[in-house]
Amino acid sequence: MSSNGGWNPYLAGALVGILAVMSVVVTTQILGKGSYLGASTTFVRGAGLIEKQIMPENVTQNDYFVRTKIKVDWQMMFVIGIFCGALLASLSDGSFRKEKIPPMWRERFPYGVWCRAVAAFGGGVIAIFGARLAGGCPSGHGLSGVMQLSLSGLVAMAGFMVGGIVIARAIYGGREYPWT
Amino acid sequence: MDLVLGLITGVFFGFLLQKGRVLRFEKQIGFLRLIDMTIIKFMLSAILVGMVGIYLFLDLGMIQLNVKSTVLGAQIIGGLMFGVGWAIFGYCPGTAVGALGEGRIHALWGIFGMLVGAALYAEAYPELSETLLKWGVVGKVTLPELLQVNHWVVIGGFFFVVMAFFVWCEKNRL
Repeated sequence: MSSNGGWNPYLAGALVGILAVMSVVVTTQILGKGSYLGASTTFVRGAGLIEKQIMPENVTQNDYFVRTKIKVDWQMMFVIGIFCGALLASLSDGSFRKEKIPPMWRERFPYGVWCRAVAAFGGGVIAIFGARLAGGCPSGHGLSGVMQLSLSGLVAMAGFMVGGIVIARAIYGGREYPWT
Repeated sequence: MDLVLGLITGVFFGFLLQKGRVLRFEKQIGFLRLIDMTIIKFMLSAILVGMVGIYLFLDLGMIQLNVKSTVLGAQIIGGLMFGVGWAIFGYCPGTAVGALGEGRIHALWGIFGMLVGAALYAEAYPELSETLLKWGVVGKVTLPELLQVNHWVVIGGFFFVVMAFFVWCEKNRL
């Protein structure tokens, strides 16, 4: 137990490792093809499903949507599951909290909800564009890729961290780099 | 069946992410500011355990790897770009959905952004597939294949480095 009532991060992480392996073993046995954890493709499928309602020919004629196969699949259900699991966990220990602006953000940018909304929206656009270009996010490349010791996972993860650390420290500042 | 399995796996994953407290904006940005190592402890623990398990079952012939192709231009540029967005939004795709689950409704703005960003990427894809996605193609390769050593040697080395990092984190109370 740590001070915020959560589980030890090493323990919770190790359990995720077991879950990731179990997922591959079970899906290989039952479905014939192992499902490795990932999340960012779901946003492509989600966008495709929404666009289909408005401009169907845009989806059927776009190479990327065609390649990605726009449908509800294992990963989309997995992402929906993340929402449900986090909801269950937070309700079970009373850590569920409605929050409109993250405290750390509000301290740095005390300009209200709209400032946060615009930044988060823009950040989301940039993040997913980068993730799809790289071919994955910290789940697909970071967890599943590095776990398999894939070169693509290691290179992408290094990129995520370098880009993120430089910008976060530029926005919020940090303490001295630990190695200085 | 695959939909049910996906949902169950996701529920467990979301549960553990929440219990590990890694869904918090402060934890995500805390790591990127290098003042709180919680999420990286969580992630490296998952990777280490997963790595041993995956290669064990691979050696037993029970599973196959599913390695994403390496394209240096795409992973370096895309990776850096993702990092920029991550630092501004404060979440990655999976944790954004989880954060919404624990009541952090501000994650919703970024989720909308990610849906729009994905649609934009689909529009840009024909162009990108002729340029960036062709820069530095290495293919589907793993580190042991690249170094031409047994995978357990690499896993051993990885284990040692990660353990040294964990000890360092605890010593510095990060």
